[in-house]
Amino acid sequence: MRCVRLAVAGLASLTLVACTAGKQAPPSLGAQPKPSGSASLPPATLELWHGFSTDAEVKAFQDAIAGFTRKFPQIKVVAKKGVQDDQITQAIRSGKAPDVAASFTTDNVAQWCRSGAFQDLTPVIEQDGIDLSVLPAVSRSYTEFEGKRCTMPLLADAYGLYYNKDLMQGHEPPKTLSELTELTKKLTVRDADGDIKVAGFIPSFQYYENSPSHLGPMVGAKWYNEDGTSAIGSDPAWKQLLTWQKELVDWYGYAKLEKFRKGLGDEWGAEHPFHKGKVAMILDGEWRNAMIANMAKGLNYGTAPLPVADDKPELYGSGFTAGTVIGVPRGAKHPQHAWELVKHLTTDTDSLVTLSNALRNVPTTKAAMEHPKLAKDANFQTFLDIFSHPKTSTLPASVNSVFNQEAFSTFLVEWEKGAVADLDAGLKAVDKRIDDKLKLSGG
Amino acid sequence: MASHVHAAPSRRRRSEGLRALAWLSPWLAGFAIFFAYPLASTVYFSFHRYDLFTLEFAGLDNYRYLLRDERVWLSARNTLWLVVFMVPAQVVFALALAQLVTRLKAGVGLFRTVFYLPSLVPMVAGTVAFVFLMNPATGPWNQLLALAGVSGPDWFGDPAWAKPSLTLLAMWGVGNLMVIFLAALLDVPKQLYEAAALDGAGPWRQFRSVTLPMISPVLMFSAITGVIYALQYFTQAMIASRVASGATDSPGSSFVPGYPDGALLTLPQHLFHAGFRDWSMGYASVLALLLFATSMVFTLILLRQFRRAEELA
Repeated sequence: MRCVRLAVAGLASLTLVACTAGKQAPPSLGAQPKPSGSASLPPATLELWHGFSTDAEVKAFQDAIAGFTRKFPQIKVVAKKGVQDDQITQAIRSGKAPDVAASFTTDNVAQWCRSGAFQDLTPVIEQDGIDLSVLPAVSRSYTEFEGKRCTMPLLADAYGLYYNKDLMQGHEPPKTLSELTELTKKLTVRDADGDIKVAGFIPSFQYYENSPSHLGPMVGAKWYNEDGTSAIGSDPAWKQLLTWQKELVDWYGYAKLEKFRKGLGDEWGAEHPFHKGKVAMILDGEWRNAMIANMAKGLNYGTAPLPVADDKPELYGSGFTAGTVIGVPRGAKHPQHAWELVKHLTTDTDSLVTLSNALRNVPTTKAAMEHPKLAKDANFQTFLDIFSHPKTSTLPASVNSVFNQEAFSTFLVEWEKGAVADLDAGLKAVDKRIDDKLKLSGG
Repeated sequence: MASHVHAAPSRRRRSEGLRALAWLSPWLAGFAIFFAYPLASTVYFSFHRYDLFTLEFAGLDNYRYLLRDERVWLSARNTLWLVVFMVPAQVVFALALAQLVTRLKAGVGLFRTVFYLPSLVPMVAGTVAFVFLMNPATGPWNQLLALAGVSGPDWFGDPAWAKPSLTLLAMWGVGNLMVIFLAALLDVPKQLYEAAALDGAGPWRQFRSVTLPMISPVLMFSAITGVIYALQYFTQAMIASRVASGATDSPGSSFVPGYPDGALLTLPQHLFHAGFRDWSMGYASVLALLLFATSMVFTLILLRQFRRAEELA
């Protein structure tokens, strides 16, 4: 009988503990305004989670953090590398959130902002008088959602055109889609069986960085309407892009193009087809400059903005951008300290220049981009220009960001292989899938 | 006095009952924590909009969405394909290997080890290796086929070949199942074979009339666990799909599971994606219930079939 009572008592106490756990409200950022500055904060140890994983990346990030700890010697920062978004989300849910968390993608920003998983930084930004216009509008847009600024841009990626000068046969990089088509046809080399040996430009949406987000800016295509519903079926720019793309795929022959694409090397390794001279022109991020410097030292290449629709010359010079975001999760033990670290990493010019020089990503503030210590050559400058171009766009934050990209990409595979008879109807079906999911997510 | 007489056994019975309950409590706690509570939660969440942080009642919205979701039927078809083709292929191949090992006159230990070894290879490593080996442009598999004058397919890149390629991978790793069958085959009394041989039964008849009935409980076990495993098939399909596509998650570009053309999208992958990539835990709960119901149906069908087969035998 005694053991029964003991068991019941144990279960009851466990239940009580379980019910009360997590009820204690964590400190909230900006709830009790504190003056910013090195002397005003008591000593603390901050936990910072980030996705950098290679030794060089981790060292660069540690160097940037070292700049912060010099300014705030009473604050110790413990960084955890190689962390994915899923781990951040789970940690927040379980009440074991780090003080600061960084993510490589912007896909979860909307969910993190809407759910309050990441704290709204607006009060402390206002409190510290930070002028956000030091960031390009596009960077501001992918780090906030529905008026909540729950992350800040740490470094950015910008996408442009790389071309192999030795394969270009003296041609200048194309500025319009017609020129890109024409040049692709001239530069493509086939063998006697018609198999592709060297491709001018691979138009497949399945090829490495050729996602609709990255190619969309070439025609100024819009993802969403004002109310968050899909604009893919109603924006004629998408149809323009897909029609151009399909014509080029058909010129290659889908089967031939697929055979060539599937035989190409790893995107992140030395065997990348651009490094090996198998493709004359590619769409890629600014990081390819660093990869070429490390893996294909002798490659004679140049960079340029992406070619744009013939009837939209004003888009030339723009492109796609997104990047690493950083914020203070809900449940951070030292939110005010965490904000100081976020502020330092995202707005301190020296810190951004240090990071950019080491990682070869685009720094996000105008001051950092113009800083004399920022290492840049003509090839890297192209991406700085694309990033600061007023028409450069991003994939707008959405609570279904991953789903929407997948829904469109799935359709594009069908499209390029010729399985879609009616493009308009197909795009409308994509709209429906995205809008249905939006409704399911509560609008 | 009379009430005292009756009260004592009643108290004793209650005390014994409670004691039994106390002894059972570890199991009951395990059942409640690891089965009943998660199942009840899944049902509860299936009627809600749940993004891991906020919960909002959604009525039947998640169930209605199930009917409109094209990918769920695609993933269900793929999973069904694995149940219908991959599981029997694994069972037959493992049984054939076990039979082979029992008949070997020499090198039994060596062959048993060779056949078992692949099951020790970590799932992810084995899958990545298979995709590389079967790469149509650079993998040695097709190069060997070319030497024999056969033009190999695009194994993991062709929607028609992707699932058969996964089946080959599954057959390669049947070591555990082979060991179970081996034990079952060695357990069949030799006298039965001798008696059957005296009655004029050939090897096929002996296999059909002696071996199969004698190992049918093991067959039933392997079929049921195989079906449940196939219904939960996740890691290999996900890894093969990702490696074969060469796609990575970078800003503005996310991997679409199921490459090529959704051929490798299984129901558990779709569920995982709905919950942990799309943050739709309510809908993922509906998918989990669908998977649970499907597993139950398959298990009941198999149990009934095996019982019927046993009765006929």
